[in-house]
Amino acid sequence: MTQRIFVCRCEDVTVAEIDHAIALGLASVEEIKRYTGLGTGPCQGKECTVALVRLLLDRGTIGADAVQPFTARPPAEPVTLAALSSLATKAQAQDEP
Amino acid sequence: MSRQATLGSRDVALPPACDVAVVGGGVMGLATAYHIAQSSRLRVVVLERSYLVSGASGRNGGGVRMQWGDEGNVRIMMESIEICRGLAQELGINLWFRQGGYLFIARTEAGESRLRRNAELHRAIGAPTRLLSGEEAREIVPDLDIDQVRLAAFNAEDGVVFPWPFVWGYAGQAIRKGVIVRTHTAAIAAEPERDGLRLRLSTGESLYAGIVVNASGAWSHDLNRSLGIELPNRPHRHEILSTEPLKPCLDPLVVDLQSGLYFSQSTRGEIVAGITMPGSHDTGTHVDQRSSLQFLAHLGATLVSLVPRFGSLKVLRQWAGPYDVSPDGEAIVGPSPGVPALLQVCGFTGHGFMMAPAVGRLLAQFIVHQERHPMLARWDPGRFAAGTSAKREDMIIG
Repeated sequence: MTQRIFVCRCEDVTVAEIDHAIALGLASVEEIKRYTGLGTGPCQGKECTVALVRLLLDRGTIGADAVQPFTARPPAEPVTLAALSSLATKAQAQDEP
Repeated sequence: MSRQATLGSRDVALPPACDVAVVGGGVMGLATAYHIAQSSRLRVVVLERSYLVSGASGRNGGGVRMQWGDEGNVRIMMESIEICRGLAQELGINLWFRQGGYLFIARTEAGESRLRRNAELHRAIGAPTRLLSGEEAREIVPDLDIDQVRLAAFNAEDGVVFPWPFVWGYAGQAIRKGVIVRTHTAAIAAEPERDGLRLRLSTGESLYAGIVVNASGAWSHDLNRSLGIELPNRPHRHEILSTEPLKPCLDPLVVDLQSGLYFSQSTRGEIVAGITMPGSHDTGTHVDQRSSLQFLAHLGATLVSLVPRFGSLKVLRQWAGPYDVSPDGEAIVGPSPGVPALLQVCGFTGHGFMMAPAVGRLLAQFIVHQERHPMLARWDPGRFAAGTSAKREDMIIG
């Protein structure tokens, strides 16, 4: 059953895969993200991080006081390369002292 | 479910003493530990300050190439790629190793002459690099704006990997062969004891080792300094990004010599890209892993100019990792000046990941059998005492 429960819908990571990662000795959100790819898709963890934390607390790998989300990676939402390239002149101007 | 800590463990007990302690659970340290365990009965402990793939080994672009400008580097990368061919089977893990080649493009006369010189060298050594016109390059990368391309060089045996399983694969096999991999434990200082060294650990423990291998790259400075060893390698922030996934559309990793832009498609489908940032400054011995908007803007402008179709592609994430930069661009490998029990395997200047399969093996052969691979002479950590040495390699990208 746990093979069909998805925690991360962007990257298709299931409860069974997270249990496998836990069995290999991984305990924290950051470690499990690296091993399963959870949170690395289009939503960048906005949907799945809380579900993962609940699972880790439930499995007892980590205490509630030690819970930390993984490092947020910019951009906050997906941005096209064309939009970013139009910033090039502006960003260089800001860089001047 | 039984706990099989094949990715290392923060709980595994350390012995009071071991033969070889490897500081740094990145690909370099783990490959070395794996090869030592495979070819000897030495007791090996690997100490990782955080979790596996937390450092540069988990943050790089995964490029693996034999297209270098210096014969020694071409040869060692031919060894490394040869090892990579059988490594998934040897380590029992999918490394996502894909030989789609590397396409270098030259947009200036100077770049063109570098590519011509390299191709001649590669032919003499037996590396299958071909020079291509812009039109021929477009057959390999159809979306390339070839009006900007004066000349290209292509080697079909170069490729890309997914870095994480490399690290896990070496760790898992090393552990199966008896190596202890302790995570979340930093070696903060060392002091001489008998013929070896005693390591002081962040957990309050200590560990005696006959030989200590400093494989901590951009983080190697403090351990060296605790023994009075001053080496000139320094961390340098390098940024990288990945996009939304696409169906397979880009075979090779493409490098633009002029801007230092490189991009490839991972097996997950994302375009992964990095670039040399103009005016990046020295941060001393501090490892800076912050991301910047300047990087996104500069990379976006350069990439869209070269591949206009990528303009509509969305960036999902960016991150940074440290290059461990050596002043002459050459790695720093072997016994430390004045402290022969401390071996360095540092200073790979952004290209350690691709060299690790060959370097891990040659360093293990040095430790176990005292065999000296020809590269060890030029990588000698003692060379800086005689003043700065000249750069031999001009194909360092990023």
